[in-house]
Amino acid sequence: MADRADIGDTIAAVFREEHGRVVATLVRLLGDIDRAEEAVQDAFLVAADRWPRDGLPPNPGGWIVTTARRRAIDRLRRDAMREDRQEQAVRLEERLIDQPEEDIAVPDDRLRLMFTCCHPALAQPAQVALTLRLLGGLDTPTIARAFLVPEATLAQRLVRAKRKIRDARIPYRVPTDADLPDRLRPVMAVIYLVFNAGWIAEGGTLVDDDLCGEAIRLARLLVELMPDEPEAAGLLALLLLLQARQPARTAADGTLVLLPDQDRTRWNQALLAEGRTLVRACLRRGAPGPYQIQAAINAVHSDAARADQTDWAQILALYDHLLALQPTPVVALNRAVAVAELHGPRAALDLLDQLDLPAYQPFHVVRAELLARAGRSTEARASYDAALARTTSEVERVHLTRRRAELPDHGSRVDVDWDA
Amino acid sequence: MAPTKYLLSVYGVEDAPVPTAEEMQRAFAAVDAFNGQLQEKGAWVFAGGLCPPDTATVVSMSEGQVMTTDGPFAESREHLGGFWVIQAADLDEALEWSRQASVACANPVEVRPFQSDV
Repeated sequence: MADRADIGDTIAAVFREEHGRVVATLVRLLGDIDRAEEAVQDAFLVAADRWPRDGLPPNPGGWIVTTARRRAIDRLRRDAMREDRQEQAVRLEERLIDQPEEDIAVPDDRLRLMFTCCHPALAQPAQVALTLRLLGGLDTPTIARAFLVPEATLAQRLVRAKRKIRDARIPYRVPTDADLPDRLRPVMAVIYLVFNAGWIAEGGTLVDDDLCGEAIRLARLLVELMPDEPEAAGLLALLLLLQARQPARTAADGTLVLLPDQDRTRWNQALLAEGRTLVRACLRRGAPGPYQIQAAINAVHSDAARADQTDWAQILALYDHLLALQPTPVVALNRAVAVAELHGPRAALDLLDQLDLPAYQPFHVVRAELLARAGRSTEARASYDAALARTTSEVERVHLTRRRAELPDHGSRVDVDWDA
Repeated sequence: MAPTKYLLSVYGVEDAPVPTAEEMQRAFAAVDAFNGQLQEKGAWVFAGGLCPPDTATVVSMSEGQVMTTDGPFAESREHLGGFWVIQAADLDEALEWSRQASVACANPVEVRPFQSDV
């Protein structure tokens, strides 16, 4: 029999693993997110009480769903005694009891819930918060910290979003084929945003593994449930290829190591292999989209055993394609980095001069690095200052401060921050 | 489950260019056709276009006295120009009607659910 600490870890792991699935199932059964969350929370409390004594049930997820369902019926019966909630309670209880118990897990449940959480009628910050809360099982303080908002603001955001889902009747279903492209976009954007928030985390550590891991889990789920969507596969491939580099992004002393300087033997080979296989498979379908192209760009990086073996011509060609699909200043900025490698920092700086991204921190980082490489130290210093003024990650702040201090009075080569 | 009613409000901007007579005719015809669709599919509850905001009068109570003042109430550049009340199974259905409404009247449409009857 496992000791208490072990079983505590196991329950926490089951919670993370099963939370999305059981909440999604309960949302379908109850048609109400708040009641579903309550029931699931009840069930996990019962688990925390019972599992340390009786051991883990053979199918923990199924056990949670069954228990949550029973708890929901109990709560509905209690509510049926109260006049103000009686009618709804009776209706929901009938609905619950009508569902055969053995038929309560439907693979599409989480997909449906994802489309509900990322419905275009909800603002993106609300989409992100709901997805992490309901599908990821992250608690409110964790989500608030990741997105730099006060906890009360985030809690309010969740309450408002859930109320809108209920009152405006945002449906709980997978959209029709005709609507799918429009509806898939916000789902993928939310997953990407969650990963990004983890990639350069707030505060003292560089990476928030919870957020990056959760984004990959959600992307995997999307691919598993929508295997015919090449962009979903492209998104997963992109995240896996980036995640593979995590071990090499920080030095032993916790400082940031940029892509050209990374010890490539520390890259996670299993994630790279999976990412590359996915990129090849989705590009073969001949429907390239922004995520697939970004994944392909990162696959090219990962193919180079040393930084100076990187096939920049291919990367630039991919950026040309991406810019045609997505003509945004951010894509143009990333493309300029590839231009600098092929044609030198001056050509890239000319491109940057045409971009209007004054509030975008990576713009100032790239510009500073390019100016440094072009030997324009004074301007580079000003650009580092502009970047530092917009930097929230402590690890990145240390890195940029060091770079700035390293600037010589005469020109010399400094590597560009590819990793930003 | 009983359908939900939604208010589809049409907003016009005060100093937007005045549509030509031909554009107006086209919009009227399109709205007529759209209304026909709503009725045919059982989504129609009520609809109407409003006279310009400077025809509005505001009535309010202050210390037990009725106050009548020249309107409109909201001092904004955007004004309600007309509305539909429709019934739909869920927001996606209401949004699809709203898309068609916006095309027909050539203006933005705001969708808002009514409180449920229960």
